[in-house]
Amino acid sequence: MERLLDAVTILSLMLMITVLFSVRRSHIRVEYSVSWLAASLILLLLSRSRSLLNWISDQLGLTYPPLALILLVSCVFVVVIYRLSVVISDLKDANIAMAQRLAIVEFQLQSRNEKQ
Amino acid sequence: MKQSNGADNFLVLIPAFNEAGAIAQVVREVRQVVPKAQILVVDDASKDATVSQASGAGAEVLRLPTHLGLGGCVQAGYRLAYELGYQYVIRVDGDGQHDPRYIPDLLKILRTSGCHMVIGSRFYNGDGVHTSVVRAIGIGLFRLVLRPILGQPVRDPTSGFVGVNREALQVFSQSFPLEYPEIEALVVLQRKRFRFQEVPVKMRPRQAGRSSITAVKSLYYIIHVLLGVFINILKFERRPRKQ
Repeated sequence: MERLLDAVTILSLMLMITVLFSVRRSHIRVEYSVSWLAASLILLLLSRSRSLLNWISDQLGLTYPPLALILLVSCVFVVVIYRLSVVISDLKDANIAMAQRLAIVEFQLQSRNEKQ
Repeated sequence: MKQSNGADNFLVLIPAFNEAGAIAQVVREVRQVVPKAQILVVDDASKDATVSQASGAGAEVLRLPTHLGLGGCVQAGYRLAYELGYQYVIRVDGDGQHDPRYIPDLLKILRTSGCHMVIGSRFYNGDGVHTSVVRAIGIGLFRLVLRPILGQPVRDPTSGFVGVNREALQVFSQSFPLEYPEIEALVVLQRKRFRFQEVPVKMRPRQAGRSSITAVKSLYYIIHVLLGVFINILKFERRPRKQ
């Protein structure tokens, strides 16, 4: 149990540091770093606060607190990944619309040049 | 290509991706059948000589800067046609499977029947040939699923040999399915309460290149399309309440 919590603490700290460095190097935009930083903070809190973890596992009716940790970790990452899927879908739509607009504008410019 | 002013003007739209082996022949055949038509090839960022072959054969070419897939490619053509004021657009595939001799039949129905979309159907008279067992099963499944949704039978829901009028053109220039668009496009039209009609056509084997839908992809295709149809049903606008 303690080893698992220590491992989650280390993982959450590594995630937090990686995200902060990525933002600093402009590899991730600030608005998209928020989800990951929030996720790593939640993991850090849960892995360091035994009483909080016990309380959550009691509320969920789980007799083994690490199960609650694993469940919450899964939920947090599902939310983050879902949010990213929404962002990717928006970007794809915008990308398609821009590519089509660019092609149409180029086509019209070329047609105008040929007329002159 | 000039702005279309006539109430009867139509455009032949040919989406093409790596169709250098067939596109020139397709353009020439279309020109023979409908000499007055404007022909627009939409090149989906081909890596071969599709663009030069198409323009060499006398077509206007709309060049996409990046590969968008069939739906994005066709929609780009629809957008341009709508902006240029065309009343009707007939889509013909760039691989030579669609026989341009049927273009006047599609156009006639569009002009006279008042329907918004006309589909060139290879199964209209029951004599169409399926290219594979998986596709035959897929098309049978799509017919079953679409029948209650569309409120009328559709014999060839996967046909890309279609014509649309200006109202449908406006809808498709705003909203058009990106992958495997033919079936979902029918549901998009149904959402707007638009009508479609099928016209018998005969299709030919590809003149060059390979189909983008391989046997392995067919299963993914069926699942993707069924999911797309389901999602489009969820988007149905509510009917106005009776006062």
